[in-house]
Parts: sequence; structure tokens; C-alpha cells
Amino acid sequence: MQLKDLTALELGRKIKEKEVSVREAVQASLDRIAQTDGAVGGFVTVDAEGALARADEVQKGIESGQYAGPLSGVPVAVKDNICTEGLKTTCSSKILYNFVPTYSAEAVLNLQKAGAVILGKTNMDEFAMGSTTETSAFGPTKNPWNLEHVPGGSSGGSCAAVAACEAPYALGSDTGGSIRQPASFCGVTGLKPTYGTVSRYGLVAYGSSLDQIGPIAKDVSDCAAILETIASYDKKDSTSLDRREADFTSALVDDVKGLRVGIPSDYLGEGLDDEVRAAVMRTADVLRGKGALIEEFDLSLVEYAIPAYYVIASAEASSNLARFDGVKYGYRAKDYEGLHNMYKKSRSEGFGEEVKRRIMLGSFVLSSGYYDAYYLKALRTKALIKQSFDRAFEKYDVILAPASPTTAPKLGSSLSDPLKMYLGDIYTISVNLAGLPGVSVPVCTDSAGLPIGVQLIGDCFKEKNIIRAAYAYEQARGRWVAPEIAACEAASDNMQAAGSAAKEVG
Amino acid sequence: MAKQYETVIGLEVHVELATKTKIFCGCSTAFGGAPNTHTCPVCTGMPGSLPVLNKQVVEYAMAVGLATNCQIHQYCKFDRKNYFYPDNPQNYQISQLYLPICHDGGVEIETAAGKKVIGIHEIHMEEDAGKLVHDEWEDCSLVDYNRSGVPLIEIVSEPDMRNADEVIAYLDKLRLIVQYLGASDCKLQEGSMRADVNLSVREVGSEKFGTRTEMKNLNSFKAIARVIDGERARQIELLEEGKPVIQETRRWDDNKEYSYPMRSKEDAHDYRYFPDPDLVPVVISDEWLQAVKDRQPELRTEKLARYKKEFDIPDYDAGILTESKRMADIFEETTALCGKPKKVSNWLMGETLRLLKEENMEPDELGFSPAHLAKLIELVEAGTINQTVAKEVFERIFYDNADPEKYVEEHGLKTVNDEGELKRVVEEVIAANPQSVADYKGGKDKALGFLVGQTMKAMKGKANPGAVNKLLKELLQ
Repeated sequence: MQLKDLTALELGRKIKEKEVSVREAVQASLDRIAQTDGAVGGFVTVDAEGALARADEVQKGIESGQYAGPLSGVPVAVKDNICTEGLKTTCSSKILYNFVPTYSAEAVLNLQKAGAVILGKTNMDEFAMGSTTETSAFGPTKNPWNLEHVPGGSSGGSCAAVAACEAPYALGSDTGGSIRQPASFCGVTGLKPTYGTVSRYGLVAYGSSLDQIGPIAKDVSDCAAILETIASYDKKDSTSLDRREADFTSALVDDVKGLRVGIPSDYLGEGLDDEVRAAVMRTADVLRGKGALIEEFDLSLVEYAIPAYYVIASAEASSNLARFDGVKYGYRAKDYEGLHNMYKKSRSEGFGEEVKRRIMLGSFVLSSGYYDAYYLKALRTKALIKQSFDRAFEKYDVILAPASPTTAPKLGSSLSDPLKMYLGDIYTISVNLAGLPGVSVPVCTDSAGLPIGVQLIGDCFKEKNIIRAAYAYEQARGRWVAPEIAACEAASDNMQAAGSAAKEVG
Repeated sequence: MAKQYETVIGLEVHVELATKTKIFCGCSTAFGGAPNTHTCPVCTGMPGSLPVLNKQVVEYAMAVGLATNCQIHQYCKFDRKNYFYPDNPQNYQISQLYLPICHDGGVEIETAAGKKVIGIHEIHMEEDAGKLVHDEWEDCSLVDYNRSGVPLIEIVSEPDMRNADEVIAYLDKLRLIVQYLGASDCKLQEGSMRADVNLSVREVGSEKFGTRTEMKNLNSFKAIARVIDGERARQIELLEEGKPVIQETRRWDDNKEYSYPMRSKEDAHDYRYFPDPDLVPVVISDEWLQAVKDRQPELRTEKLARYKKEFDIPDYDAGILTESKRMADIFEETTALCGKPKKVSNWLMGETLRLLKEENMEPDELGFSPAHLAKLIELVEAGTINQTVAKEVFERIFYDNADPEKYVEEHGLKTVNDEGELKRVVEEVIAANPQSVADYKGGKDKALGFLVGQTMKAMKGKANPGAVNKLLKELLQ
């Protein structure tokens, strides 16, 4: 097995045991990026020089005992809406094409304290608005399982980079499914924590009341360890929570005996692909086989989640994105006459179609005379959806559901019909509205060879329940398998022949 | 018969709070400073930055609310007011619309026409904006975010005022309350207190309000009085001509003494207010509210009543002394040290007010220590210095906060009580002024005064005039 194929924790162990140096680990990722990312397009910025310099620094820190955690020395890819001091943070938007933050997000600082090495920044749907990573101003990311398909979104770059073994793990953000859906499309594991678990400070806001940063990795053990590292109470974020039971790795136990698992039957009806439905049922069988109690139930209100989400998220976005005006940083139009023309041109030229659509939608629903009918009603709907989950969690420890109605669609097939694209978020969105934790775990591939993931949803603060269920499932499923990236494997052989740093281990 | 019109006025008063740090970040609120030096990612609207509420702002807002008899919303929220302008780095202002911290209060004012209560609709917390500097030479605009995020409260009155006198009495009342609470220095000229005037006119007896206009940019009581008279006249003229008053915001130009329209209702902003998702609701527990209540200082009305009861000073003096918190503090602290309220009051009402007027200063700017004034009074009482010398010493206290004991010592100003020395000088004066001596002896009492003056002069003011008088009379018998 090559270094690139190891999970983050496996690589961390080898670094700790001095089998591999931090520089070798980082170089292996950089080599893989050089080899495959031209085809995959997971990264918008690769900081090779910074990563190698940091690798040496971390190596010293490990030797001196400064870095002792399980992720010390392990390289990471960071979604480009998470601020990194001194490293361009563009949100895959023209309007921030040159923005270099003077501060790092709290989640990034937490990773750095744990000895992480940042490889670069990953592509995404512009400002996290989209489900395919095609709304990026820098071009789409491709699905490593089939380069003609999308990786999902908005954290498509992070998920593709992990699936393509370019980075052992990555950070993503999830506002309506932006970690779980692309994880499912790319056949990797992605977890969205309970709202407030990971500080939002330094995460460029899309829908502030829904946004959460979370881990993307090859398996659930990695996700638990990463979450344990990035979760923290942060005084700089008023919505941050002081979590007591944040020892997420303690839930990595292969034991689901008596675990009560509910499957919402209203998630299994019209619109759900048969092969995805079969994957959900297969997962249920595996868990049942291990002693879990499986039951179908009616969650209710499912059809209201999408409209409520698009009203709330767009409303918040219309205000959050107002600061991008060409005055202080980022893109400013070249020719303009006066202040208003400068605003108008900079924003018209700087934002893409989908972002403009949501800004307009959000501005509309907040307008005087419409606020009550749309925004307030959406907030009430959100509260009702939370209540229906509360009722479900009186009966179940974990909800098992699809992550997306289908597997990854072909590139270019989604953006022409945004309403249809929005419907694809149906299984992930309610989780954000209710502030719950959810994890997407790869199950199998469909008949076309594209990955299918399922989603495990827990009650607020009950990440450990979904981690336990996902881990138990994973034990039965077997080790994660990397896709063969057709266009690149040949090149890969050549590179190895040329004696690159790709190294046989284990 | 000409129609009789009544003016209806409501005020929106912005008060800059005296916190050390900004409302949503740890940056300093200190005035001045090189442009953009009191800033951070939060108050410059950088992507990914988040606001965190300064607790002191809530306490000041509560204190002002309690002092103006408001109800406190123990569950209140912040909302975003969305509008684009470069001095507003996020292009929204964090304010309170739906659930302001204080509501339904009022204060009593007194004018020549008597007492009256002015209702307070609400008080809400919000952030200030930065400052735009238009550089005409370079033909560009620069923005300084040092003020961005400085905490404000906006006190919104009911439309209960009817003339400029009431408006000024109301503003003065608010200013005193806020100053007594230490919540702000409330300086109109420096912008730490700003008033927007909403004004309409209606026929006397009419129940319905007329169409109102809003006047902004008023930075002195005089400007406010002028704008009220000017706008009333303008609106009445329109009505008399049968023209409608247009609901609009007008800007007052105090140099030209006229107002001009800024924007009308048609192009008024739709601010698209909604609850700020970055901030959690402010929950004020009963304990917290009680703690703020318990800490409320004595306000002016109570202090005035106590002065009249406790100290033997005229009502007029008590009124002046309590008109400034600083003055009242000096009065009380000095009195506590020397135990002579009447004397303290005399120094403050006399010399202090005279010097303030001469220097064109406000009582709040008084910088001397009460201990020094107390010592000065003791020096006079003990006969160590006379009244004339005391006035000279007081000027040094007023300007330099000089220690009177030291000053008197260093400048040799002590009254000479050495009788031999005094007798020698008096004898010299008698010898040098035979004409005056003759006049006195001839029955002209006035001549004695001249001799006393001559003696004092020879003693460089350091004699006790009573003792000189007595000695002269003895020697001239």
C-alpha cells in the first residue's frame, strides 16, 4: 500500500513511529496532486512551498513533544471558504479572487495546534451555493470515480481530493448537505456536527444559522478524530457551544446491540433512485445483523424542508454577502461612475449566476411586506421540523436515510434547472434546519460504478450515536476502496518509474 | 381669523456609550487615533469574522432605561439593518428593531410653562459607523473605521413635545440622566449625543397628526431651536398655500440656517430588517436586572432634593451645583472633607463659575481635586491666608490643580501674625502719610481705609486686614 492510500490516522501512526517523516507524507500528497489534480480539479490553491516548510517545522515539534496528537504531521486540504492566514481564500468566487486573510479560522488554528500541515485550498460551489461544484468561478471539480460526473457540492473539491488520495483528509462546510452529499457522490465519509460544535469564526458565512464546518475522510475513525480536534468552545463565536462529551473517538466501538434505528418511510418514496433505496436497506440489514433494532416511521413535514431552507439560507446570504462590494478588498470593476455604479458593476461582474439568484431571492423574502409571509413563516417551519425530529429521537437513537436521491449526475446536467437541483438536497437539508449531526458513509457503487452513500442522523449532541453506528457498519463493509482514476493511473506508473517520493509501505 | 397651529415633535436621540471597547469586538473606543488603528477583522467587516456582544453595553442601556422609567425586555434580540454605504463595512448595521432592550418609559421635564411628562417609546442598542473623508484634491474618498462598532443607544421619544423649549428641556434631562449614570459624556458638539427631530404641524384641536419631516445633523441646542422654528414656519406656509407637506428626511445646514431635503419617502430605504443569526438573544435574568438596579446612582432629581434638605444652601445654588455631575461630585467630596457646605458652594458658585465662563469651559471639564479646595477653605478659616490671597491661590487650583498648602508656603503668602512686624510697618505707613493721618483725626473715617490699604500693600497682601484696622485705630488715638 502506498502512503497516499493510508487513512489519516494510519499515516499519523507511521509518522509517530518514525516510519515516515512529515516531509515524506506531505511530499506524497503533493506528488499525488501533481499527478491527478489536473484531471480532478479538487484544489484552487496548492501551497507546496508553505506545506514543505511547515512539514519540517512540525517534524521538529513532534520530536520535541510539542505535537503528540494522532493527526500530527498529517497533511490536510481546506475548503476555500475557511480562512487561512496568509493563504488566499476565495470561496471560488471572482469577487474574492485575490483575498488573503490576515487571520485563520478557529477550526484551522485547532488543526495547526494538533500539528496539521495545510496542503492548499479546495474548490467549491461559489460561496457554497450549489450541489455540484459547478458554480465555482474557477471551473468545476470532477468526480474521481468518473471524470464525466460531478463530485457533488458544495464541498466537492474537498471530497474529490480525499477520494483521489490527494489529501488524507479535508475540511468542508455544510449548510444544507454540502459535506454529506459530495461525500456520498465521491465515496468518502463526511460528517456535519451539531450546530455550534465547531466555531464558525473564519468560515465565510453563507447561511449563518445553518453553517457548520466538518471533517471529510476515508473512514469514520478519521472523522471522529478530526472532529475531536476541530471542535472547541470559541468565545469569538456567539453561537459556539461548550460541549462536554466531545470525546468522539470513544464511540469507535463495533457494538450496536439494542441501538434503535429509525428509517423515515417518507424518505423512501417518489424520486428516490432504486439502487440508493437498496443501499439504505442493505445498511439496515447489516446493522440488524449486529443486533440493532430497525423500524420504519413517518418523519412528516419532509416537503416543507426545501422551501424553508431556501428562504432562510438565501435571506441570510443576501445580507452576509453584502460586504463584498469592491470597497475594502476583493474584486472592483475597472470602469465605473460614482459609488452606486461601482457597487453595481463590481457585484454584477464579481458574483456568478447562482449567487446572484440567491441574493435576489433572499432580498425579496426580507422585503417590507413579504417578511412575515416568507421569512417568519420559514422560521416557524424550521421550528416545526425540529419538533418532528425531537419526536423521532424519543423513539430512535439514530435515523438512517439516503444522503441524496441519486448518485452523481453528469457534468453540465444540473445548472440549467436550479429547482430540480434544489430538490436533490431533500434528505440533507432538514438536518441543518434542526441543527442535528449527520454523517454520510459509503456503502457500495451503483451499476454505473458511481458511489452510493447513506446518511446516519443523530439527535443534537449525539454525534457518538452516529459514529458508533457508522463504525459498526464499516467493520462489516470492509476497508475503504480508492477509485481508479483512469486518465491518471498511467501517468502514475511513469512517475513511480521515475523514482518519485511515492513510497511502498506496509 | 387666521388658523392656529400646533407643533408636534418627537426626537430620536443617539448617545455614544462610554465603554472602553466596541460593542462587538475588543477594539478601543478612544477618540482620535490615526485612521484605521482601532480596528480588527470584526469592525472592518472581514469575511468570516463574527460579532460578540459587549456586556457593558447591555448594562448601560438597562441603566438608562431604568432611569427613564422604561420597561426592560428581559429577552431581547439584535437585528440587521441592511443598506449599502462605505462607512458601514458589512453593509448592514447591527441594531434592534423587533425586540429593543427598553420600552414604554418617560421623563418629567420642567419649562416656564410648568411640568410635563415626555414619553419614551423605546431605547435600543446599535453600532456606530465609520467616517468617510472626502479628499477633494485627490478626488477620492477615504474611510476610517475607528468609529465603526462604537456602541450607541438610540432613545426614541413619543411625539409629546410642542415647542423648542420642551425639546431642549427634554434633551437636557436626558443628558443629565446619562451623565449621572456615567454611561456617556453626552457632548453634542463632539457627536457623543446626537438628535434627529421629527416634526409636524396640525391645527389646534385636531386629533390627527400632520405629515412629519425628519431633520438630521443637529449638533447644538441652538441649532435645534432654530430648526424647530424654521421647520414649523416652512410647514405652516405650505399648508396655508394649500400645498402638502412631503414626508422626507431633511438635512439642516447650521451655517446657512436652512434645511434641504435628503430623501423622500418614495426613495426611502427598505432596510430588510431580520434577526442577526450571528448573535444569540440577550437574556436578562432577574438577578442581573436587580444588580443593575442596585447599582443605580442617585440621579439629579433625588440629589437636588437631598441638597435642599441636607445642606444649608439656597435652592438656586443647589440647582446649579447639580446641573453637572462633575460639579456635584466636587461639591460633595469637598464638603465631606471640610464640613462647610456653604463655603464650598460659595467657591463653586463664585470663582469656579467665573473662571469657567472666562475660559469658555463646561463644568464637566473641571480637573481640580476636591481635597485641594477643602484645604484652601481650611487655610482661610484658620486665618493662615486672607480672602484676597485665597482667590489667587484658587486660580492655581483651578488651572493647575495646585496643592494650596505648598503653593502658599512656596510663595510666602501666609498672613503675617507677627505683631512686632505689623506694628513696624503700620508705624512706617503713618509716618509716610501725614495728610491722611490728619484727615482721619479730623473726622474723615474714609482716610482710615486708605491707610489700611497702604499697609496691606506694604505687607504684600499677607496681613489680616482686621488686625491692621485695629492696630491703626489704636496708634492714631
